[in-house]
Amino acid sequence: MDALIAKLKTQIIQQLNLEGVSPDDISPDDPLFGEGLGLDSIDALELIVLLEKNYGIKIENPADGKKIFATIRSIAEYITANGKA
Amino acid sequence: MKTVFAAQGNIISSLGFTAEENFSAMEQGSSGIKKHNNTKFLPFPFYASLVDSEKLNKNFSALSENENYTRLEKMFILSIADVLAKSALDVKSENTLLIISTAKGNINLLEEANYGGFPEKRLLLAEMANQITGFFGMKNTPLVVSNACISGVLGIITAQRLIGSGQYENVIVTGGDLVSEFTLSGFNSFKALSDEPCKPYDIKRKGITLGEGCGTVLLTSNDKLLNKSEKKIRVAGGSVSNDANHISGPSRTGEELALAVNTAITEACCGKQIDFISAHGTATDFNDEMEAKAFSVAGLEHIQLNSMKGFFGHTLGAAGVIESIVTVETMKRNVLLPSLGFENSGVSMPLNITRKSESKQINTALKTASGFGGCNAAVVFKSV
Amino acid sequence: MKTVISSYCVIRNHQIMVNGETVLTKEKDLPFSEFIKTAYDLNALPYLKFFKMDDLCKLAFVASEFLLKNNKLAEQYGAENVSLLFANTSSSLDTDINYYNTVKDFPSPALFVYTLPNIMLGEICIRNKIKGKTAFFIFEQFQAEFLCNYATQLIRHKKAKAVIIGWVELLNKNYDAFLCLIEETDNGIALTKQNLEKLYTT
Repeated sequence: MDALIAKLKTQIIQQLNLEGVSPDDISPDDPLFGEGLGLDSIDALELIVLLEKNYGIKIENPADGKKIFATIRSIAEYITANGKA
Repeated sequence: MKTVFAAQGNIISSLGFTAEENFSAMEQGSSGIKKHNNTKFLPFPFYASLVDSEKLNKNFSALSENENYTRLEKMFILSIADVLAKSALDVKSENTLLIISTAKGNINLLEEANYGGFPEKRLLLAEMANQITGFFGMKNTPLVVSNACISGVLGIITAQRLIGSGQYENVIVTGGDLVSEFTLSGFNSFKALSDEPCKPYDIKRKGITLGEGCGTVLLTSNDKLLNKSEKKIRVAGGSVSNDANHISGPSRTGEELALAVNTAITEACCGKQIDFISAHGTATDFNDEMEAKAFSVAGLEHIQLNSMKGFFGHTLGAAGVIESIVTVETMKRNVLLPSLGFENSGVSMPLNITRKSESKQINTALKTASGFGGCNAAVVFKSV
Repeated sequence: MKTVISSYCVIRNHQIMVNGETVLTKEKDLPFSEFIKTAYDLNALPYLKFFKMDDLCKLAFVASEFLLKNNKLAEQYGAENVSLLFANTSSSLDTDINYYNTVKDFPSPALFVYTLPNIMLGEICIRNKIKGKTAFFIFEQFQAEFLCNYATQLIRHKKAKAVIIGWVELLNKNYDAFLCLIEETDNGIALTKQNLEKLYTT
C-alpha cells in the first residue's frame, strides 16, 4: 500500500501540473478537493484518465469519483480493491 | 441608432436545408438526433445530429463545379446562397459585411491525412472565412467571432452594433460548426456526452448531444429588403457578461446570465413583456441549473421557454444563429415549439417549459446562450 | 475627461515592456515555458491556476498581470462595467494540436478545455473578478481600427467604463501579445486607430 501511495503521489503531481508540490507535501489522508490541494472538477476528470491510463480502471460516472478521489489513500484502496495495484 | 431588422434566414441541419424545412420538421416533433456507429468519431455508438453528407455534396455540386471547399465551407456557402437567392441584397456592395461565428471551424482537417488534401492554413479561421467571401465576391474582409457556444448570439449582437451605428447597412451573420472526432472525444472526456438523446431541464438528463449545421440570417437597416407580407422583426437589444467563476463550470447563482438578460431587455425597452424565451438548455446538470436560477433572478420564470437542443443537438458556434432564426420564425408564424426531450423538471427553480406546439401571439422574444470560459449572451427580438 | 489608452503591455521576442519601459528581457533561445514562468514569478503573488493553463492563456494572463498591476478595475468601475475585446490569428490551434495528439490514447479534459480562444478571457475575468462584456475575434493581423471603434462605442454608449483591448497570438512557439487599458481619464494617449497602431508596433 505504501509503495502504491508513493507512486500515486508522483503520478498525480505530474498529471495535474501541481507546480511546486512535492510528494512529501501531500499526506495520504489529506482531502484532495475543497481544502488540502484544492483540486477542481477538471482535476477530477484528469484523475479518471489517470486511473484508466496507469491502472486500466474505468470510472464511467464522475459522481462515483467524489468518494474514490477523497484522499490519496482512498484512491490507493480503490485500485487495490479492483485488483490492479 | 438605426433600427436593425432581421430579414431572410436559412438553416442547414439534420432536419433540412432551408429554414422552412427545419421549422416544419420541428412542428411535427421530428428530431435530427440519431444513433450513430462510426468508429472514426468514437469507439462506441453515440447519439448526434448530423447533416446528410450525400445531400450536402449533391446540393453543393448543383451550386458550383468547384469542389475545393471543406465540408463546413460547403455548408456556409450553401446557407448564404439560399439567403441571397431569397433576397434583393447586393452582396458585393461595400455596405455589406459577413460575420462568421464558429467555435472550431475546419478542425476536422486535423483528423484527415494531409489535412484532407487542403493546405494546412485552412485550419485558420480567417483563411476559411476568406474562402467563403471569395466565393460570393464580397468586398469587405469578413469578421470572425470565435467565442465558444455564445459565438452565434455574439455575432448577431456585433452585427446589431455595426448596423445601429451606421458602419454597415447590411450584415450577413452566419454560424457553423461540425460534429467531429475532436469535439466528440473532448466532451466525452468531460463525461458530458449523454448516452441517449439529450433532455434539457429534465430530471433524467445525462448531458449533451452534439449537433452540426449552419444558420445564416441577413440583418439590415434597409426595410425594403424585408419580405413584404411578413411581420417586421428587429434586433432590439443585446448584451454579454462573464461569470468570472470557472473556465468550464458555470456560475453557481446565475446572476451574471441574469445581468446580460436584464441589460438586453433594458436596451430593448420591453420591460418584462417577453412572450417567449429560447434558452440555451444543453442538458448538462450544471448549465440547466444555472439557467433556471438566472431566469428566476431576472424575474422571468413564468415566461414560456424552450431549449432547441432536443431537435438540433448542441451545434456550438452555430447554435445562437440557428436557434435565433427559429425564434424569428416562431414570431412570424405565432407558433410556439415544444422543448423536445423534456418531461419532468430536474432544476431547483421553476421554469415554464413548453411541452407541445401551440399557437400564441409572439411579439417579443429573448434568446440566450452560455459557454465555456464563463461567457453569457442575450438578445431580444421585437416585432415592429 | 477623454477616452484614452492609460497603459499598455507588449510581450514579444522574450521581452516585456510596460508603458514603453522594459521590465524583463531573456535570451531568445530560452524555451517559451521557462520565459513565461520567469515572467509569472516577477509578479510575486502566487496564482496556482497558472500552472494548469496552456501556453496561450499563460501569455494572456502574464500580459494582463503586468497591465493591471496597479489597477483594481472591478472595484473601481464595478465588475459588470469592465469589458474585454481580444483577438488573434490562430485561435487556440496550438493547443488544439496538442489536444488532438492525446485523442488516440487518452483524450485529456485538461487540454480540451483550452481548445477555445476565449478561455483566456475567462481566466482574466476570474483573476480580476470582471463580469462585463467579453468578445473574441479572429483576424489575419492586428486590426487597430475595428478594436478602436468597438471600444469607443462601448464606452460612448455606456456599456462599459473601462475596456481592455488585447491581441494575444501563439502558434508553434511564435507569439505576440499586446494589451492596453482604455479608460475615461486625463492621463493617457488619446484612443485613436493611429495611436493604437503605433503602440502595437512599439
